[in-house]
Amino acid sequence: MNMLKMDKVCAGYGDLKVLFDISLEINEGEVVALVGSNGAGKTTLLRTISGEVIPTSGSIKWLGMELTKLPENKRAVNGIAHIPQGRGILASLSIKDNLLLGTYTKRTKPRRAELLENALQMFPILKERLNFPAGSLSGGQQQMLAIARAMMMAPKLLILDEPSLGLAPVVVDDVYRILDVMKRQGSSMLVIEQNLTKALSISDRGYVLETGHMQMTGPSKELLNNKDIQKAYLGI
Amino acid sequence: MIQVIINGLLIGAVYSLIAVGLTMIHGVMKIVNFAQGELLMVGMYVTYVLYGAFVAEGSAPYFLIVPVCIIMFLFGALVFKVSVSHVVGKSETSYIILTIGMSYLLRYGFQMIFGSNYQSIPVSESLKFGSITIGGIVFTTTRLIAFFAALIFTIFVNYLLSSTDIGRAMRATSENKTVATSLGVNAKIVYIVAFGLGTVFAGVSGLLVTPLYMIYPSVGAVFSTIAMSAMVLGGLGNIKGAMIGGMIIGVVEALSSTYLTTNVSQIFINLVLILILIFKPYGLFGKGVRIA
Ligand SMILES: Nc1ncnc2c1ncn2[C@@H]1O[C@H](COP(=O)(O)OP(=O)(O)OP(=O)(O)O)[C@@H](O)[C@H]1O
Ligand SMILES: [Mg+2]
Repeated sequence: MNMLKMDKVCAGYGDLKVLFDISLEINEGEVVALVGSNGAGKTTLLRTISGEVIPTSGSIKWLGMELTKLPENKRAVNGIAHIPQGRGILASLSIKDNLLLGTYTKRTKPRRAELLENALQMFPILKERLNFPAGSLSGGQQQMLAIARAMMMAPKLLILDEPSLGLAPVVVDDVYRILDVMKRQGSSMLVIEQNLTKALSISDRGYVLETGHMQMTGPSKELLNNKDIQKAYLGI
Repeated sequence: MIQVIINGLLIGAVYSLIAVGLTMIHGVMKIVNFAQGELLMVGMYVTYVLYGAFVAEGSAPYFLIVPVCIIMFLFGALVFKVSVSHVVGKSETSYIILTIGMSYLLRYGFQMIFGSNYQSIPVSESLKFGSITIGGIVFTTTRLIAFFAALIFTIFVNYLLSSTDIGRAMRATSENKTVATSLGVNAKIVYIVAFGLGTVFAGVSGLLVTPLYMIYPSVGAVFSTIAMSAMVLGGLGNIKGAMIGGMIIGVVEALSSTYLTTNVSQIFINLVLILILIFKPYGLFGKGVRIA
């Protein structure tokens, strides 16, 4: 049973058309990767899910409900957590306030204490600095905070837009280790990356987006071994 | 001298409260409300009307604070809904025209209803001129009450912003509306609450100064200038700055009108403002423009 189903979605910014007839599905418990080069429209695709960009045609169903008609702020209460490109932490707020905002909706507010404890157990660095402004954290720590805050939302689907962007390779490994733990705990995820190997190594299935068109889709292992993809993205 | 400074600090707390309301609106929706003084004027007239209707002549107006808060919040929410909401996040400058227009509308609207005569509420002589003396310094009762009431409201704002969900949502929306929305925050509600509270603070300030000032439709102009100066002086968008800015302006005003004449206090307020901005271009607590 698929949780999210995008069907022939077209979208853009004003006169600029960015996405053409995009179809994509995510099943429960599945990790899906969306890869593609700069400017392919990956972030725009996520924005149609988060409600920031409204599709000009097509439909997006979330657990049977039409997402394109749902007010933007209702994603959280319906179990969609979105870590945007650039992490989206609130730099002027304390780390604690960032985390608590993860339980802003009535769906998670009653479990605030428990969720906070779990998040801090997973990210002990944050515990030491709860009252510091989030902006004082390093890039890698900010990404951890963004993931921790998303976990506070107890999401049914976690969407990550280039979680490795701007991070040192060691830190990227840390981030992916955490995503792997979450995967094994049964989280559904949609991960966007330019870094194809990373994204396809953690995911069950992948989609390849090229200049707004869905070029290819299949099990991640097959995509990794695909000669065309290796040539286009890995320079092999 | 100490006496004069104390007088300035006492009334300065009220200026702080007006500036805090202004700062709150600016912080959350990036709008400078040029009608803040007129909202105070509305608060004075609401106090005046309620006093006339429900309060025995001579008694203190302070317990009207609850109805004034409620009425002003609803009034602020209405003003936001019908006018301000249309310019939030739309353009960099259209709010200037809108809120200046609103200030004229309120001023002349109230003039049509109440006339341009000076009114006052008939509080008893003992309240009006009452005072207590501690260590040789005289604390006027009305100013002392205004000071503590303004202080309590300011502490309340600080608590609200720092430790409640709606406060966190307000700060989140202020920093990044898209992220706040993705966390489930309804920005429209945040805006209404912020504007409503900004209006409440102006209205309560109006109530607190009714025993001290005459009530007339253009009384807001003075307070607009003072609140704007306090906000800029403290550093735009900074609640603590607005508080201290208000106090400083109260003291400067008291000093200049005591040692020179009342008419020059505006000049001195502006002079202090210019001096501070020369040395601290973003105000006392301003952080300047954040890059990236
Ligand atoms: N807010 C915007 N307004 C107008 N055009 C935009 C906007 N955001 C993106 N675009 C354009 O849409 C196209 C797709 O951009 P998008 O950010 O979705 O690509 P991407 O695949 O996420 O790229 P990257 O890997 O660099 O993040 C680009 O041509 C970009 O210039
Ligand atoms: Mg992108």
